[in-house]
Amino acid sequence: MQNWIDAYSVVNLKFLLQGLWVTVEISILSVIFSMIFGSILGIIRYSKIPYVSKIVGFIIDIIRNLPLLLIIFFVYFGLPSIGFKPDTIPAAILAMSVFESMMVAEIIRSGIQAVDIGQMEAARAMGMRYTQAMVHIVLPQAYKKMIPALVSQLISLIKDTSLTTIIVVPELMQHAQVIYGQNANYIVPMYLALAVLYFIVCYALSLASKVIDRRLA
Amino acid sequence: MGSLLANNWHSFLTGFGWTILSSIVALVFSLIIGSLFAIMEVMPNKVLRIIGNVYVEVFRNIPLLVITMFFYLVIPLYFVKINGFTAGTIGLTIYTSAFIAETVRSGINSVDIGQMEAARAMGMTYGQAMRYIVLPQAFKLVIPPLGNQFINLVKNSSVLAFVAGFDLMYQGNAIASQTFDTVNTYIIVGLFYLVITLPISYYMRHLEKTLA
Repeated sequence: MQNWIDAYSVVNLKFLLQGLWVTVEISILSVIFSMIFGSILGIIRYSKIPYVSKIVGFIIDIIRNLPLLLIIFFVYFGLPSIGFKPDTIPAAILAMSVFESMMVAEIIRSGIQAVDIGQMEAARAMGMRYTQAMVHIVLPQAYKKMIPALVSQLISLIKDTSLTTIIVVPELMQHAQVIYGQNANYIVPMYLALAVLYFIVCYALSLASKVIDRRLA
Repeated sequence: MGSLLANNWHSFLTGFGWTILSSIVALVFSLIIGSLFAIMEVMPNKVLRIIGNVYVEVFRNIPLLVITMFFYLVIPLYFVKINGFTAGTIGLTIYTSAFIAETVRSGINSVDIGQMEAARAMGMTYGQAMRYIVLPQAFKLVIPPLGNQFINLVKNSSVLAFVAGFDLMYQGNAIASQTFDTVNTYIIVGLFYLVITLPISYYMRHLEKTLA
């Protein structure tokens, strides 16, 4: 019992919350970047531009089918040998953004596909250009349909930030490891704390997604 | 890159084998466990429904790495000594089973309720109706999403590298730190993963199109 009380000392809890904050920061930045690049790539893949769409589609398929852990290793340990040496946190954000962009691109593409083709045709018939019709007519409807898929992608992104502990990014998982590294009796309390903290963040998001989905439907 | 592969082909192939073994073992067990929890979630019995729901929500919302490391560190501490491969595969199974339960549950729910009612009206018990009427239809619907779960499982099996599970990622790291040729090593590791995941991914897309 004493172990549990010691494990959850104020200093340790504060240290864990610091880690959680880094996790949240990495997640938010990666989400912003991957939404931007993912949308662009998804639209390019959907638009069937000769050659370009095929090549982009192939790159998306390749990266989507690789483990994120491999991409993290590649960015942090591989890129320095060809002259680009990112720090741990930027490397984590870069790896997560690249991987998540491809996931988002696929979600965006299938979201656009789910919008009735008549919407695009009608907008074009009204005299809108392709990009105008895309931005003002098709995308707003597509995003509405994609919210559940995007939120579940966000949840897996938050969970996946734990993988960056391998390149010693000071996030939640790594901070917990530092704490139980000092005392093996803290292992179980720390893993319980990790489970609870990740669960609260992720479950809250999935509940929010359900509420939003119901409102929009 | 060719000489790197030639000098280390044994390690790469060993890793590839462990990755496939772990993925298949985890797939089989998580299909069984996941289907059981999915059925629990649609049962008339409220207690079973809640148990099923809690299992799925808890393990879907905790990182795989946390689950795997927990088994790797805690089981040897209090119970038996297990190696990284076993701990990793247990972690993968639990994590994946929650996702499979969710997939199968939505498959069961999308089978028309009239099928169950008709089967019950014919005098079948709930279990019979589930087994012979509802589940076969549900499984057909969930094949493409289950294929995607398998792809995720293969990719996720790379967490075995954290617990010294001898898998592809672990071997890749060992080779990278010996040869210092990180870029080419990771590219070869990536190609090995793609050999498994890419064909399944394209096949599932094809299936989705033909089934739809």
